Formats: sequence, structure tokens, C-alpha cells
Amino acid sequence: MSEADGLSVLDRPNSYIGKSVPRPNLERLMQGRGLYVSDMVLPRMGHVVFLRSPHAHAKILSIDSTAAKRAPGVIAIVTGKELAEVITPWVGVLSHLKGLKSAPQHAIAIDRVCWQGEAVAAIVATSRALAEDAAELVDVQYEPLEAVTEMRTALDPATPVIHPSLGDNLAFERNFEAGSVDQAFAEADAVVEAEFVFGRHTGVTLEPRAVLADWNAGEQRLTIYQGTQAPHMVQNLAALHLGLEEAQVRIVCKDVGGSFGIKVHIYADEMATYALSKLLRRPIEFVADRVESFNTDIHARDHRCKGKIGVKNDGTITAFEIDDLTGIGPYSMYPRTSAIEANQVVNLIGGPYTSKNYRARARVVFQNKNVMCQYRAVGHPIACSVTEGLVDLAAMKIGIDPVEIRRRNLISDDAYPCAAPSGLRFELLSHHASLNKVLEMMDYDGLRAEQAALRANNIHRGLGIASFIEVTNPSAAFYGVGGAKISSQDGVAVRMDATGSIICQTSITEQGQGSEALTAQIVASVLGVSMERVRVILGDTDNTPYGGGTWASRGAGIGGEAALQAAKILRNNILQVASVILQSQPSELDIGNNAVINASDGAPRIELKDLARIVYFRPDTLPPGIQPELMATRHFVPREYPFAFTNGVQACWLEVDTDTGFIKLLKHWVVEDCGTIINPQLVDEQIRGGVVQGLGAALFEKCIYDERGQLTNANMADYLVPMSGEMPDIDVGHVVSRTAETELGAKGAGEAGTAGAAAAVANAVNDALCPFGAIITEIPLTPQVVLTALGKI
Amino acid sequence: MNGQVAISLEVNGERVEAQVAPRLNLADFLREHLALTGTHVGCEHGVCGACTVRVNGDIVRSCLMLAVQAQDASVETIEGLSDSGEIADLQAAFRERNALQCGFCTPGMLMAAQDLLKHEALPNRDRIREHLSGNYCRCTGYQAIVDAVESTAKARRAP
Repeated sequence: MSEADGLSVLDRPNSYIGKSVPRPNLERLMQGRGLYVSDMVLPRMGHVVFLRSPHAHAKILSIDSTAAKRAPGVIAIVTGKELAEVITPWVGVLSHLKGLKSAPQHAIAIDRVCWQGEAVAAIVATSRALAEDAAELVDVQYEPLEAVTEMRTALDPATPVIHPSLGDNLAFERNFEAGSVDQAFAEADAVVEAEFVFGRHTGVTLEPRAVLADWNAGEQRLTIYQGTQAPHMVQNLAALHLGLEEAQVRIVCKDVGGSFGIKVHIYADEMATYALSKLLRRPIEFVADRVESFNTDIHARDHRCKGKIGVKNDGTITAFEIDDLTGIGPYSMYPRTSAIEANQVVNLIGGPYTSKNYRARARVVFQNKNVMCQYRAVGHPIACSVTEGLVDLAAMKIGIDPVEIRRRNLISDDAYPCAAPSGLRFELLSHHASLNKVLEMMDYDGLRAEQAALRANNIHRGLGIASFIEVTNPSAAFYGVGGAKISSQDGVAVRMDATGSIICQTSITEQGQGSEALTAQIVASVLGVSMERVRVILGDTDNTPYGGGTWASRGAGIGGEAALQAAKILRNNILQVASVILQSQPSELDIGNNAVINASDGAPRIELKDLARIVYFRPDTLPPGIQPELMATRHFVPREYPFAFTNGVQACWLEVDTDTGFIKLLKHWVVEDCGTIINPQLVDEQIRGGVVQGLGAALFEKCIYDERGQLTNANMADYLVPMSGEMPDIDVGHVVSRTAETELGAKGAGEAGTAGAAAAVANAVNDALCPFGAIITEIPLTPQVVLTALGKI
Repeated sequence: MNGQVAISLEVNGERVEAQVAPRLNLADFLREHLALTGTHVGCEHGVCGACTVRVNGDIVRSCLMLAVQAQDASVETIEGLSDSGEIADLQAAFRERNALQCGFCTPGMLMAAQDLLKHEALPNRDRIREHLSGNYCRCTGYQAIVDAVESTAKARRAP
């Protein structure tokens, strides 16, 4: 792995690895000169507005668009049946999730709507406002059907089956058992059970989903401008369902106003927009408004999970058991499916701990609500909240400190490699080092003393701890093995141009995480050039290698390794040419400060720009047979471990007002271990942003449906998100356990913050309410939930 | 309602004459008529703050104001504040502190932050958080933004 000179490619002089260099793409965003999809305008562009069902479940009896077609500016009004001539339906299943079933979903509903917000007609006009005017004139007659909204009764015989062809409302069930569970519970000195309830919430990207599809009938080519996390996935599916070759579809992804997993799926209205462009032979733009975002962006985390833990009096955890139920809406989402979240919960429960006795059941049911699917930290917040909630309850039951029970049960830092109770393999984690570090950062004993002193004054502060694991760098085990055409490998092409500048094309994408920055840092470090010389191109299927994109905390670990390997090849190629020009040996040369230098004393030999000038303009001066190759491409996919697990711990310090039920967050700490840290500032900001998303789920965020399946808070005034006033400062620390699977050694960091935040908050609230004997296992922890638990309302 | 109304206003120091529908809001006017797309539309009901612009010196939500209400007004957008150099130090602080990720909230956030810094010499972190509490950011968790505003305030105060 190491270089001939003994230095790793990452430890070279002037390396950017481990440095907090600013991202190169910030200036345009700060000046308001970014390019988001909704900023784009093409000649003859039509705007589409979708007329959406007001019913959660209804037959469509008729659609009369006669009056609407006469409205000013209207280009076309298209129903589901008409659009089905252009685009085929899909079924969101994966073969490795055995038994997962779903029904065919159309771009626009045909005959029947299955959730409030499903599109029933597309209105295309010369402006969005005129399309909205015309939409009001479309007369749709519905026959309302009974809506299945309660997941706890979705499987009852008396409940209507949403898709009769499927036989029942069960989309997926997984049962898992390891070790001797019954015996372990029998041998426990105490067994604690609780039901954990999670509010259905959503991503609320500040930029709504937006698509601009441009079918050029002359070229027979469809260009789709879309803020997607996975351009090649969109290319594949748009081609498949429109009956095109992949080469006929180009995906261009410019600036993206937030994604968080919301923009990694294929939505029916997006498919409809592609199809409308083909049908109407002109560019069509769809920009969701905020009400549509709440009603159609995927929701997540609508789980009720019964949990059980066995513990001995010495603090040893003997077993975990869960029974998880989740409602996913009427369809399994395409193409990643809506069974992954429950599957992840089963995989991750008990993950930080040594106990190997584990039983799990997860059931995924259909409902007449908006679809649920993967959102940042898929399944992790559920698994972490259940596991860490149970661990605290067990500690409380046997009367030991929450830190102590973790010390006694967390997997030892020298026990790796080993496996989770569910069988997933851990290469190298650092639970104890992380716990020690966070206790030091927060002054645990000091806070406990403060807590005790304030209780005497009727001020109730609580301290919550949550250890967690995070799935990152997923291999083909995530989707590829199940038949989804979602690449798990990424590619990077690096070339030196005629002025000595470096151009780097990567298949990972940028939504603000810093993909562009970390790619430039790696390439510049390996090559020995300054970062300003490196230009990164991403988000264009015509102009980047084929790859997965940016999701599941994979960009740095997988795309970063591909960049490293490509840059190494280019470096060697440059040194080969330099050795010819300088009549030296490649091993005697190196690159530093944008020049070829002596490996021995660092003396400059030839500027890269001069070398490039010779290669491109005076190749005649090179000896015969020398053909320089100043472009290199490499791809990478993890093969040894299906996932590179990371770990960490979060701690929360808060105050509960027992009269009002309000919770004030005072401070939050995170220690995480993502292996090699390419850019400390970017990692810390991923953690902080992720934590705040988790804090939103813990305290505020919930999609509130009524019993008829109506979403009652589909706007930003009623659906509460974290704002700056309520959020605490967050201290972030690190432990570094590199993955040996790559030369880079980096694991992901995008979801760690979200994974454990809610668990830390809930444990802190229960810690604060300890004197009242109140235990809460439900989020969001609204004042109503708190006061109810205190018996005050 | 569909008749066009003539308006005359100043945008980033330039005189603008336009014919607009009375129902057109200021955000859509700036974006669609003037192609000043730095003013972002996030919620269209005055909650998220992404469309914050300055009208006659005060920050407003341009999605809650009609273009016709800007008759004779002086409107300043993020493009104007950037080009004049008025917030160059604040932008530099945002860059140094990585106080933006996706950047969609950033123009509105900079507008709101500059408004605070113009009115208060040395706001503390709580005041900064309070003043920015009408601007939604899903990416950063706000701390980096508060840091950047705080350091800009201190730097401006320094002799």
C-alpha cells in the first residue's frame, strides 16, 4: 500500500488531508449565483402543475377537463390513462428482501387514488400560475373508499385490503433469531419491556423537488435537469420506463437545495414530467410547492416498536427482543423499496453491545397515507432509540448509572473484527474510547453534581447518553444484489490539461456535503499540486464515469478512494514522462508545488505546465515510442465488508419545565469515528447538521394525519422544524479507526448525527423526570406528551 | 385580475419599469422578470425566510409582498449586496466557517444577518440566534452560521 518512498500518498508534504480547507464552490452560492433547477428556463418551456387527490382512497369516476383546456396559457391537460401510453408503471420490490410485495404504480393515478396528494391529472401551461388557474377548472368526480390509516389494525381481517391482488396489507415481514433468547431472558435478574413510538416525519429540503425534462425530438434524446443524489439511477429508470436506451437519456444535476435522502428516489410526478416532455415534445418543468412537498416527498420513521431487554444485577445485558411495526403508505417506493428501513432496524438493534441473544420481528404494512422510504440515517434513529432506551431502562431497573451499564456491555475496543447480534460484521470500532472522550468533553461528574443541586430548587435537568453504530460505504449488498440498477461502485477520471491544471470527473454528487472539496483535496494531495489547480466536475451522466452518487454516507469513502487511485495512476504517468524529458528515473522524481522535483532533495526540475506544454504541443521533441497518457480513470467498490460500520456516542443536557412541558436543549456532544478525516470542518458540520435533524425529530417534527388519511399540518407554519433559536451549540470530537479496506481509510459521516440525537434527548428527558417516576418512550417529545406523562393533563 | 399594471422601482440601484399582473409577488417578479434568481422560494407562505430581500432598507419576505406594492421602492437582493461589497466580510466569514452547505437558505440568511449587524454593534450568540430564527436552514444546524455572524460582528467592531 505504501509508496516506494515510504510515505503514504496521504502523508506527503503539503497534503490537504486532515485540513479544514474551505469548499471551492461556496462563492457562487453566497452571491445568489448558484443554479438550482427552479432557476432554469429553456425556450418553449412549459410548466406542469399536478391536480392531486383530496381523498386518501377513492375511485376516480370521471375527469372533465373541457373548461380547463380553454383557460389562458394552457398547453395540455393529461390524465393517467393518456400518459400511460408513453410511460410504463413500476413495482418497488427487491429480490433479496424475500417476500416483499407491492402493486404497480403509475406516473399519474388511473381509476383509483391511494393517498391524499396522489396526482390525478397534469396541467401544462405557459406559466405555473396559469397552470394552477386551469387546475381549478378540472372537474374530477370521486367515489370515496374506506381509508386504511391505522397501521396497528392494517392486518386485521376486518380492514379493507388496499391492493386486492396482493391478498393482504402486509408488504414485508422479517423474522430473525440468534443465540438462546428464551434462556437468556430466563437467566436475567430483571426484564424490562417498553413500546417505543416514533412520529412520521419528513425531510423538508428547503428547495422543493424540481425537475426540468427536455425531450429533443430531433436528437431523440431526453435531457433531465434534476437535483438528484443518484444521476445514473435516474438515467437507467427514465430510459427503462420511457422505452429508451440509456444513451438517449442524460441527467444533469446542478446545485441542489438539500437532499437528505428525499432526492434519492424516483417519484411518480418526476416520471410524469419526463413523460410529458416526450409526449409534448418540449421542455417541461415541475417545481413542487410546499404543500405538495409535505404530501408527496417521502415520509419516514412511522414506527411502533415493542422492545424487551434482559439484564443481570451486575449490569450484564443478556438479550434484546423487538417487534417492530411500520406503515409505509400504499406503495413500496421505487426503486429502493420501503422495506429497507424496517430491515435496517432489525440489523442495527443491540449493535454496540456484546450480547448475542437477539430476536426480532419487523412487519411493514400498507396504508392510505403518503409513501415512506429512506431518509437520512435510514432505520438508525429507530434502532438507536429502542436500544439505548432499553439500556437506560435496564440500568434504572437494577439501579446502576447509565454510563456504567454501557461500560460493562459495549463491545471492547480490542475485540475486532467481530459481528453484531444480527450478524453484520464490524471491522474496527471504538465504543469505549468514544465514550471516554465524550465524558471528558462534557464533564459528566460536574453535570451530575449540577443536576442534583438544581433539583433542590425544583429545576429539572437531565443527561442522556446514546451509543450508536452507523452503516456507511455500502457495497452491492444494499441494492445491487436485490436486482436494483443502483451502482455501488464509483469512478473518477483525472487528467492534466495543457496548462498543467487538473480536471477531475467523479460520479459522486454534491448537495452541500463537500463532495467537490474532498475530491479536490485528495487529488491535489496525491498529485502534489495546489487545490486551486484542481477543477471537479460532477452531476452529469454525459461527462462523468458511471457510479452510484452520494447517499448512505458513501461519497468520501467510495468516491474518495476512486479519486485517490486515479490520481496515483496519473502521478505515475506524469513521472514517466518527466523521467524521459529529464533523462532521469521515475523513482528519483516526485511532484510538489505544481512542479516535478527531485525525490531526494526536493529541488524543482520542471514545472507541470511546462511538462504539459511539451506533451500536448511538442510531442515531436519526445523520444520515439513515448506516448504520454495524462488522463487516468479508476473505479472502486468495497468488496471485503458489505458495509463499513462507524460508531460514536452522543450526549444531551437539557431542562424540562414540568409546568409547561417545554424542553430546553442546553448542550449536545458527539464523539464519532469515521476513520480517516479528510476535512475536519466538513465532518463536524455533517455531524452538527445531522444532529439538528435528529433533534427536530425528537422534539417537533410529525406529519399529523387524521383518521381519514388527511395530512393536517402540510405547511411550514404547522409542521415545526428546528430553527436557530431553539438549537444548542454542539461540541464534536473524534476517534479515528481507519478502514483497512481502502488506502484512504475513510468511512462515512453523513448520518451519525441523525442516528443518535433523538435517543440522547429521550434518555435525557427520562433522566430529568426520574424524580416523578415518569417514563416517556415516544417522540416527538411535545409539551403535550411531557405533561401527559407527568399526569398533568 | 389579469390586467397588467405598470410599475416603476429601483432594484440594486438600477431603474426598472415593468408590466406585471397584480397578483405577482415580489419574489416571482425578481426571479422571473429580472432573472435575479438568488432570491429563493422555499415555502411561499412567509415562514422559511429564503426569499428575504431588502425593501427601502428593511428586510421583508418577498413571497408575502406583491410586486405592485414595490412601486417607487428601492429593492436590494443578494446579487446587489454581493456586487456592492457591502457583505464581503460576512461572506468571507461564512466561507471560512463553512456556514452553508446546500446554499439555498444562504442569500436570505445573509440578508437577515446583515440586518442584525447594521442595527446592533455586538450582538451575543443568543441575539444572533433570535434574529435568525425566521430563517430555516436544514443543513448546518445553525452553529456555523452563528459563529460566522458573531466573528463578523467582532471584526467590524475592532478598531
